[in-house]
Amino acid sequence: MNKFVYADNAATTKISDSVFNAMLPYLKDNYGNPSSIYSIGRDARKAIEVARQKVAKAINAQPNEIYFTGCGTEADNWAIKSTVELLKNKGKTHIVTSEFEHHAILHTCKTLEKQGFQVTYVPVSEEGYVSPKHIEEAITDKTAIVSIMYANNEIGTIQPIKEIGDICRRKGVLFHTDAVQAVGNVPIDVVDEKIDMLSLSGHKIHAPKGIGVLYVKRGVPLMNFIDGGAQERNRRGGTENLASIVGLGQAMEDATTGLEERCAKVSKMRDRLIDSILTTIPKCRLNGGKNRLCGNVNISFEAVEGEALLLRLDMQGICGSSGSACTSGALDPSHVLMAIGLPHEIAHGSLRLSLNEYNTDEDVDYILEVLPKVITTLRAMSPIWKG
Amino acid sequence: MIYSDKVMDHFSNPRNVGELADANGIGEVGNAKCGDIMKMYIKVENNVITDISFKTFGCGAAIATSSIATEMIKGKTIDDALKLTNKAVVEALEGLPTSKIHCSVLAEQAIKAAVSDYYKRQGIDPTPIVGDIEECHACHA
Repeated sequence: MNKFVYADNAATTKISDSVFNAMLPYLKDNYGNPSSIYSIGRDARKAIEVARQKVAKAINAQPNEIYFTGCGTEADNWAIKSTVELLKNKGKTHIVTSEFEHHAILHTCKTLEKQGFQVTYVPVSEEGYVSPKHIEEAITDKTAIVSIMYANNEIGTIQPIKEIGDICRRKGVLFHTDAVQAVGNVPIDVVDEKIDMLSLSGHKIHAPKGIGVLYVKRGVPLMNFIDGGAQERNRRGGTENLASIVGLGQAMEDATTGLEERCAKVSKMRDRLIDSILTTIPKCRLNGGKNRLCGNVNISFEAVEGEALLLRLDMQGICGSSGSACTSGALDPSHVLMAIGLPHEIAHGSLRLSLNEYNTDEDVDYILEVLPKVITTLRAMSPIWKG
Repeated sequence: MIYSDKVMDHFSNPRNVGELADANGIGEVGNAKCGDIMKMYIKVENNVITDISFKTFGCGAAIATSSIATEMIKGKTIDDALKLTNKAVVEALEGLPTSKIHCSVLAEQAIKAAVSDYYKRQGIDPTPIVGDIEECHACHA
């Protein structure tokens, strides 16, 4: 039987034992409604507030600045839509973001453009970085919010968040960051980095799917996202996702414990993977610069199409991801790869492998054993491979 | 997106892959920009396609459609080969996701392109027989 290597941790992660064990009581015996006054309800409320404290501590926020959401996308939507809605009467109708944000931001901005808001999409460099200078130039007296992702989900590049935060604070503009990929990989300090709003998602850090967070700095105006009960300080009605919130609290605590050592171990595997692929497989290139997430590998292979590559790797038990148009059902390859200037034909043949602490050196060995053979096979049947 | 077992079979074990040394008709369609290129090689003897092979740069569906199309016309007359429609290719593969239907169109066009090349090599104008081979609309959407 083939070995199984999961190298798509940027897509989702498995629930860790500590998270699972923390959640278990709240899935079965401790089922009280956190809004109920009797003891099992009060216990549930307490568990939520403990989780809120853990999340807050992990990013140097205050517990009352943490709002639990259904996912990172919801947090992104809430941050942007709330800000422009509340500030439009002050003439703040402009948003600044980048060309290679996650669709949770880009599609939100496109929706707002249809409603009359203006959006500036700043370009990114070939290495995959947003320039603080471009952000500063894009801000006008109408700008309500700047939203720049902490780390890119495809090519893993870590953005100059502190510099952008400084600019926004100086210019009196709110700063939101989608930190879904960064949490658990990069130390985050919302105070030091002058972040006003931050989105994160549980399932990228070994918590379950269906739970996220929006951090909102105290004093930043926030519109109700779901009207209903008094949950989340009246901002997001609906009975809380108790077990998942408890799981997320545990995951955030785990994610910030021993982060440096964990990332050092993962970086070592990442670098070995990148160096070996670039050395042993001809006509391929690394996408994204060196300041990247500790587990991110994104490489384009000439004359190979990404979906076919993923399927062949899957046949050998390796799970990865691609910027190929074919994997999304669209016709154009990934907007991220296009934003960093890759030609279509190269972008179609990109592979993202995202490692984490559950991966091993043996996993890397296996990928390095299988990948060159798969590339050779696909190139052998490719009419554009000139070998 | 879910592929049928038949698609996965042809993707995993593509039939008739490679170049055909003694081909007397070669056709290529698609472009690298849209992510799919199919190249078909045919050997025609006495109006019958006695051998066929392909090379494809593309997704799982592109490789599977190329593979099954070669099987469907091997041993057939040119007239029968030209009757192969993309719909028949999709049916033979037990379906394709909607976004992959254009791959079956490419397979049909690649066969026509190879037959056109065969006629040209024989000094025959292929247009009245094969018709125009339109570029894939999906590639230019």
